[in-house]
Amino acid sequence: MRAIGIILAGGNNKMMKELSNKRAIAAMPVAGSYRSIDFVLSNMTNSHIQKVAVITQYNARSLNEHLSSSKWWDFGRKQGGLFVFTPTITSDSSFWYRGTADALYQNLDFLKSSHEPYVVIASGDGVYKLDYNKVLEYHIAKKADITVVVKKLEDESDFGRFGLVSMTDECRITEIEEKPIETNLSTVSTGIYIIRRRLLIELIEKAAQEDRHDFVKDILVRYKNLKHIYGYMIESYWSNISTVAAYYRTNMDFLNKEIRDYFFKQYPDVYFKIDDLPPTKYNGQANVKNCLVASGCIINGSVENSVLFKKIYVGNNTVIKNSIILNDVYIGDNAYIENCIVESKSTIKADSRYVGQPDNIEIVVEKSLLYMD
Amino acid sequence: MIKKEMIAMLLAGGQGSRLGVLTAKVAKPAVAFGGKYRIIDFPLSNCINSGVDTVGVLTQYRPLRLNTHIGIGIPWDLDRNVGGVTVLPPYEKSTSSEWYTGTANAIYQNLEYMENYNPEYVLILSGDHISKMDYKIMLNFHKANNADITIASMPVQIEDASRFGLLITDSDNRVTEFEEKPINPSSNMASMGIYIFTWKVLKETLRELRNQTQCDFGMHVIPYCLEHNKRIFAYEYNCYWKDVGTLSSYWEANMELVDIIPVFNLYEEFWKIYTRTDTLPPQFIGENAQIERSIIGEGTEIYGQVYNSVIGTGVIIEENAVVHDSIIMKNCIIGKNTVLYKAIIAEDVVIGEDVEIGIGEETPNVKYPKVYNSGIATIGENSVIPNGVKIGKNSAIFGITEENDYIDGYLQSGGNIIKAGED
Repeated sequence: MRAIGIILAGGNNKMMKELSNKRAIAAMPVAGSYRSIDFVLSNMTNSHIQKVAVITQYNARSLNEHLSSSKWWDFGRKQGGLFVFTPTITSDSSFWYRGTADALYQNLDFLKSSHEPYVVIASGDGVYKLDYNKVLEYHIAKKADITVVVKKLEDESDFGRFGLVSMTDECRITEIEEKPIETNLSTVSTGIYIIRRRLLIELIEKAAQEDRHDFVKDILVRYKNLKHIYGYMIESYWSNISTVAAYYRTNMDFLNKEIRDYFFKQYPDVYFKIDDLPPTKYNGQANVKNCLVASGCIINGSVENSVLFKKIYVGNNTVIKNSIILNDVYIGDNAYIENCIVESKSTIKADSRYVGQPDNIEIVVEKSLLYMD
Repeated sequence: MIKKEMIAMLLAGGQGSRLGVLTAKVAKPAVAFGGKYRIIDFPLSNCINSGVDTVGVLTQYRPLRLNTHIGIGIPWDLDRNVGGVTVLPPYEKSTSSEWYTGTANAIYQNLEYMENYNPEYVLILSGDHISKMDYKIMLNFHKANNADITIASMPVQIEDASRFGLLITDSDNRVTEFEEKPINPSSNMASMGIYIFTWKVLKETLRELRNQTQCDFGMHVIPYCLEHNKRIFAYEYNCYWKDVGTLSSYWEANMELVDIIPVFNLYEEFWKIYTRTDTLPPQFIGENAQIERSIIGEGTEIYGQVYNSVIGTGVIIEENAVVHDSIIMKNCIIGKNTVLYKAIIAEDVVIGEDVEIGIGEETPNVKYPKVYNSGIATIGENSVIPNGVKIGKNSAIFGITEENDYIDGYLQSGGNIIKAGED
């Protein structure tokens, strides 16, 4: 592939509530075995991008741990590799990343020292499969300066968190509304861009001189008439997980056979960091229906319409419905959990009761002491 | 200069013919175990957990799957700059070329490999044991006794003793006599086939015995060393250890994993067992599924019922299929309304709809009564079972079978259908 990859994984927002207290959104566990960033990393390796930089800032510990080895995505090669850029103080900058463009500016050396002609920029919070080569072919065919991958969405209530675009019949983007309160557009930017490397360097340097730091507001929006910005429409599954409701819905989507088979069985695969966990164990009273269950769990109770992540213990007579239980959770006997997301490493006492509403999922963080012999 | 205190030599070349069709195309150490593992994962994990980071794996019978499984040893952290895992097949020499003719002969043919690491001690292991043994403790025992050879041993039932090599020791655990598979056993301390040799003693002895045909540790090396007054000690091991060399012991060891708190517990944080796995998605449990007392691997989809069973990775169990007391290895498909009782289904088997397996009276196997003798129906890898047939107990099937292979649609207990050849 004639491109390098840049993954913007530094962001955080309040819409993830307690879930983002301890990790960047890109490190959110998804669909039992994965972390959100695995999808973009796998897309890049499956598109034969060999050199990938991950830009982190907010609470990167969990993310750094996940990226501690590049072998899971097959990046640890002599040519290329996986680079993680956290903000550092240098002789000419003592700032955090003040925005996406600034993050690129502070790592401009990486862009300058590469020799690949194109750059794929993507975020770490999208759940999708995409061959970036197809987007690049389109980018070249359209003679575009910047190509934005876009998707038509139906759920209007969600529009306020996206950038919306309107396009001509030739797919040239003429209008960009960033996180509008009200809009009559319905095509959103997925935060995936392709741009020529030299042009990107030029635009980023220009923005920095003018003390502008955001890639969308200060580059895309301002240059939309000057440069040829095209939209590449995708029809396949794409979901951005960065609100509690969207995160819950995305995980629950995997109970749908079509979506599950699309990600799990169709080429190409999505890779993740393998934990050496034993198979999941179902004891005598277990009763599990319509669930996605990752490895290393021990189940004694009833679980229905739920997603169980890795290494979860479910006690006797405990009932779990329509919930998501994140990694490494202990749930005692006789507990009842419905419409909840249980934060990872939680310990839920016996006889606990947590009930959320379908339209208002409750986030459970309980760190009771656990005594085991 | 390279120096390793102890290196391990893992004997993984045997066929293991008592596992019947399970080892028809794969060496015993590569047979699947416990849902996601292969048998060799246990000694390899024990090595790295014991701090032994240099392991030679001696292969001979059908090594392809072992080779691909081991690779460069990444899953066990055995990819090292110095040492790590090395697969050691028999090789051609300028004057004489031979296969590995016995356990000690195999080690003798690899003296050069061991010499490279300049070891103090060499650990000899078998590739067919399920345990979480700490070889470091055994080494400490060896050093404390200033031993030449330490033999790991465990007490067995006196009725079973004649199947083993037996150790007779004095009060200091020093071995005074050794009986290999005696008819009238005079001890119940059985050798587990795990040895630590002081390198110099091993090298000298193997050179002395180089003309011995089919040179074997139990038959030749240990008796020779006893004769020459070497300091041989018995290290008694009392934790979980299982030789899974027969269909019944293989089945039992798997079934023990589904106990509420298994004696051999894979869920402990300490002493993890590592294996090579494909990046497989989580398992999916369907709307009408029922699972009790079972362990189930990644990527498996269950729409039917599973009781008391060990299910591997990437398996599909269709609606209304019922699996009782069975072991199903990876990527199998069990069709709708099919019922299994006490069966072992090897990798990549496709079983049709409305099939019944493991039914009827228990009668001895007509051709291999010593192999298929514990009531288990065994189906070899890549086999296909057509819709609607019935299969009895103590039976074996291997290959792509069709309806007319079954007389009146029923393979009676003790029957065999072996269709797949050597290739």
